[in-house]
Amino acid sequence: MSPIHYVALSVILFVIGGVGVLVRRNAIVVFMCIELMLNACNLAFVAFARMHGNLDGQVIAFFVMVVAAAEVVVGLATLMAIFRARRSASVDDANLLKY
Amino acid sequence: MQGAPFLAFVQIIVYTGAVLMLFLFVIMLIGISSSDSVVETIKGQRAAAGLAAIGLFVILILGIGHAAIGPAARTTAANNVDNLTGLARLIFTTYVFPFEVTGALLITAAVGAMVLAHRERTTPKPTQRDLAARRLASGHLAPDPSPGVYALHDAADRPALLPDGSTSELSVSQTLAPRDPNAETPPVRPELPASATTEAES
Repeated sequence: MSPIHYVALSVILFVIGGVGVLVRRNAIVVFMCIELMLNACNLAFVAFARMHGNLDGQVIAFFVMVVAAAEVVVGLATLMAIFRARRSASVDDANLLKY
Repeated sequence: MQGAPFLAFVQIIVYTGAVLMLFLFVIMLIGISSSDSVVETIKGQRAAAGLAAIGLFVILILGIGHAAIGPAARTTAANNVDNLTGLARLIFTTYVFPFEVTGALLITAAVGAMVLAHRERTTPKPTQRDLAARRLASGHLAPDPSPGVYALHDAADRPALLPDGSTSELSVSQTLAPRDPNAETPPVRPELPASATTEAES
């Protein structure tokens, strides 16, 4: 498979993740969709690294993975704190700062 | 395939070992009862999201279609030894400062998660003496009765039957009781199991 197939697959995954972030209301599912988008970016990075024949894309994908792990740790801890206070994991219920 | 064996293994280890475990823990703590609501809070948001997704998809596909994405390059000096050596050389020379920064980021994330998940204790922790006094004051010294698990309902959320035929609320754990409000009430007199009746007939 040539790199273009992997890039097309990463586009598909990214769009699926974007739809999930926009449509779903459950914060856990939203987080999973953000992870999906980050991994789609990783796939594109690795495909481009292979296309250019160097390893910089793989290093960037490695850093993206580290940042994704840190993001999911803090995000899920925030989700726990919100759930403790509001008894809900829906992103619609966290509207204290809205008005 | 993609020439990235190190990233493949790191992906599997990090995602199955850390991220998915974290998701499982949070789902366990929050519970699966928090289902997704189907009410649209913003009118026409789903349709707009679908349109935006289609638009994004078309733009991205057109973009990568226009770009000259050639076949995979031949192995160059960057990865001619092997993938791991090349990656290590890059991470610890060119990208050594971002690497250190990600270390700081991970520490910050761990401390932040601890701070966010920490709950301050508002009442003093009950000592063993307090627990014993509470048990004496509660009236029954023995442990709570165990739940009634029947052949039909192999579940721990069924209350135990008392000798007079009524059920004991004490026998069901308080965390299990509100979980299934539509559960059928257990029969007041459980039927004898099939083996017992055949034995009685024979």
